[in-house]
Amino acid sequence: MTATSTTPGQAQGSGFEDVTRTDASLRRFLHGLPGVDQVGAESRAAGLGTRSIKTSAKAYAIDLAIRMVDLTTLEGQDTPGKVRALAAKAMRPDPADPTCPQVAAVCVYPDMVATVKETLGSSGVKVAAVATAFPSGRAALDIKLADTRDAVEAGADEIDMVIDRGAFLAGRYQQVFDEIVATKAACARPDGHDAHLKVIFETGELQTYDNVRRASWLAMMAGADFIKTSTGKVQPAATLPVTMVMLEAVRDFRDQTGTMVGVKPAGGIRTSKDAIKYLVMVNEVVGQDWLDPDWFRFGASTLLNDLLMQRTKMTTGRYSGPDYFTLD
Amino acid sequence: MAKTTSAAFEYAPAPESRSIVDIKPSYGLFVNGEFVDGHGAAFKTLSPAIEEVLAEIAEADQADVDAAVKAARKAYDKVWSRMPGRERAKYLYRIARIIQERARELAVLESLDNGKPIKESRDVDVPLVAAHFFYYAGWADKLEYAGRGADPQPLGVAGQVIPWNFPLLMLAWKIAPALACGNTVVLKPAETTPLTALLFAEICQQADLPPGVVNIITGAGATGQALVSHPGVDKVAFTGSTEVGKAIARAVAGTDKRVTLELGGKAANIVFDDAPIDQAVEGIVDGIFFNQGHVCCAGSRLLVQESVFEELLERLKRRMSTLRMGDPLDKNTDIGAINSAEQLHRIRELSEVGDAEGAERWAAACDLPAKGYWFPPTIFTGVSQAHRIAREEIFGPVLSVLTFRTPAEAVEKANNTPYGLSAGVWTDKGSRILSMADKLRAGVVWANTFNKFDPTSPFGGYKESGYGREGGRHGLEGYLK
Repeated sequence: MTATSTTPGQAQGSGFEDVTRTDASLRRFLHGLPGVDQVGAESRAAGLGTRSIKTSAKAYAIDLAIRMVDLTTLEGQDTPGKVRALAAKAMRPDPADPTCPQVAAVCVYPDMVATVKETLGSSGVKVAAVATAFPSGRAALDIKLADTRDAVEAGADEIDMVIDRGAFLAGRYQQVFDEIVATKAACARPDGHDAHLKVIFETGELQTYDNVRRASWLAMMAGADFIKTSTGKVQPAATLPVTMVMLEAVRDFRDQTGTMVGVKPAGGIRTSKDAIKYLVMVNEVVGQDWLDPDWFRFGASTLLNDLLMQRTKMTTGRYSGPDYFTLD
Repeated sequence: MAKTTSAAFEYAPAPESRSIVDIKPSYGLFVNGEFVDGHGAAFKTLSPAIEEVLAEIAEADQADVDAAVKAARKAYDKVWSRMPGRERAKYLYRIARIIQERARELAVLESLDNGKPIKESRDVDVPLVAAHFFYYAGWADKLEYAGRGADPQPLGVAGQVIPWNFPLLMLAWKIAPALACGNTVVLKPAETTPLTALLFAEICQQADLPPGVVNIITGAGATGQALVSHPGVDKVAFTGSTEVGKAIARAVAGTDKRVTLELGGKAANIVFDDAPIDQAVEGIVDGIFFNQGHVCCAGSRLLVQESVFEELLERLKRRMSTLRMGDPLDKNTDIGAINSAEQLHRIRELSEVGDAEGAERWAAACDLPAKGYWFPPTIFTGVSQAHRIAREEIFGPVLSVLTFRTPAEAVEKANNTPYGLSAGVWTDKGSRILSMADKLRAGVVWANTFNKFDPTSPFGGYKESGYGREGGRHGLEGYLK
């Protein structure tokens, strides 16, 4: 089995072997990272939120935001019909305007992957699947890995895993690390076309920014391709300051290792205005390199229609009602 | 510097409209509730970002100062000192509410006349101005709890002289406590930034404040000197340079005038190796580049523990290259214009001294606008205590970076200055914050933040940074006997 044959600490050969060997060494490293001052971080995030993005800058930001959306449905009531409709919307968000870009991906539960994959075909829109006993992560490792492999075999391009928050909060960093490494291995395909791994922290449960920074480093050292704030099932979900702390982490990680990791805020981002605040933050905290769907995503469902309404307003000069946009 | 951010995500201009302000071609003096002509030679006030003349301003001569002080005395004797505190409070609350209602107008006018970015005048200056009036309005009928005895009395007529860096905010710091305590005032704004004070005079009219309670006279140093040395003035309050503050102290020596002085500073912003580093970088930027560094309590000396020096410097430079400099009225501008040609000259001169003394200058690449007074955010490394740029107040966006090895050395260097207005400490260790705050000889010590102001908090200096406190309960002491 690929998953268990990966020994802990050999994740990427990125120079962290000594750090990731034991709980104690991981703790020393993670707790040695510079702290985050809550008041300062929140005031910086709020300050970035006051940027005024108008006219050409707004048009650019809206199209970019659409291209970054992981259009998501994660409901018990999801059916093949529902996810097919969502996939159709992902490929052509605004049926009235062919210049409107596609979204980045459709995000569903593993059992819906094949259906979505079939609908999306060769459109270029990716299929993302949540796995590892999403959203709580409360299952044995082999079940989480089976869940992951199931989604990968069904054709998922991206796997959104959850970390074991209980283990993290109890200080069992090694366990969290090993699970990420194992899940990463389960994302592998024989043809080398591995699924990308997004690691969800559920920052609403980690509570402190120090924890968010530590979880970010832990996931990046374990080989995460993306780090993601939330499942969307816990409040608060994504916030600007949490996302900023994660952006600072990917920036510092690239400085240190040369490896670039993506960031995905998910949950609670519903308006274009919100999305633009995030893009301003990406622009000013980590820079242009991350302003790309390969490196920054929005996990969202209702956001897309607001982006489309704003986009129509930008091109026609008029606001149209929600009746003119599809509900899927 | 906007250019050095992304190539693709360029922020389109987002200027705040000027049309909300109605600037008259010329302004008189505000004496006894009315605008009157001055007898001195009128002068012009410029918008420093574009060198455009905004208005012609009257200059008050000795006779005008006389008239203003007389008006204030009459209002004091006949009306204001006799009015119950709860009635005075009503006027102050009314003024505070009008300031909130006219906030955008005040912010635009402040940015035009001073050169500071609209995001600061809108989000910092004007809200704090309203907050000061609200705060001291609350004190007006509770002065027996000010700690000055059961029945504290006002002093009389206050002569107040304020600087150009926070024109309206310094006005509020001066006028709100004076009026709350039952004093009347004659205030002189700085000659380069008189417009918001004159708009405030209109607000006093709008609030039906009794004539003579607030008088605003304009002019330069001579007018200020005439005001503070006028025999009818019972209290002198000054914010500005240490040099002028000393001259004022000499002028009032031997009289029974009460004096409070808020003067210069050369604050140490101390970053320990366990500091929350990203927030420390923000705090350094807020400390020295807020309001183009035209802040008496600016964190103009950065003291960094040697073990994190390289890392911090790299992060600071990266952050500085995202600062957006330009049109003060653009809502995305972080750094505005230097207030005057004279101040720009001083900043340039001291920076050149820094070069000559062997410090290493760094500024993010940026295009300065062709017109107006501009100086890019700049840091000097390799600075020692012996350098002039580590000792003298530059009053501009120029940061001197020094290093230290131990907490004791940090304290020694921080206190090794004739000034003592403010200091900052950055560390994750609470006990170290307390022990540093105990040892630093500065009126304000900020912990893991910088340049935060609140009307409830006293502000003032040690040593050559002045004496007396403004803000909070302490701020009442300067206006009561």
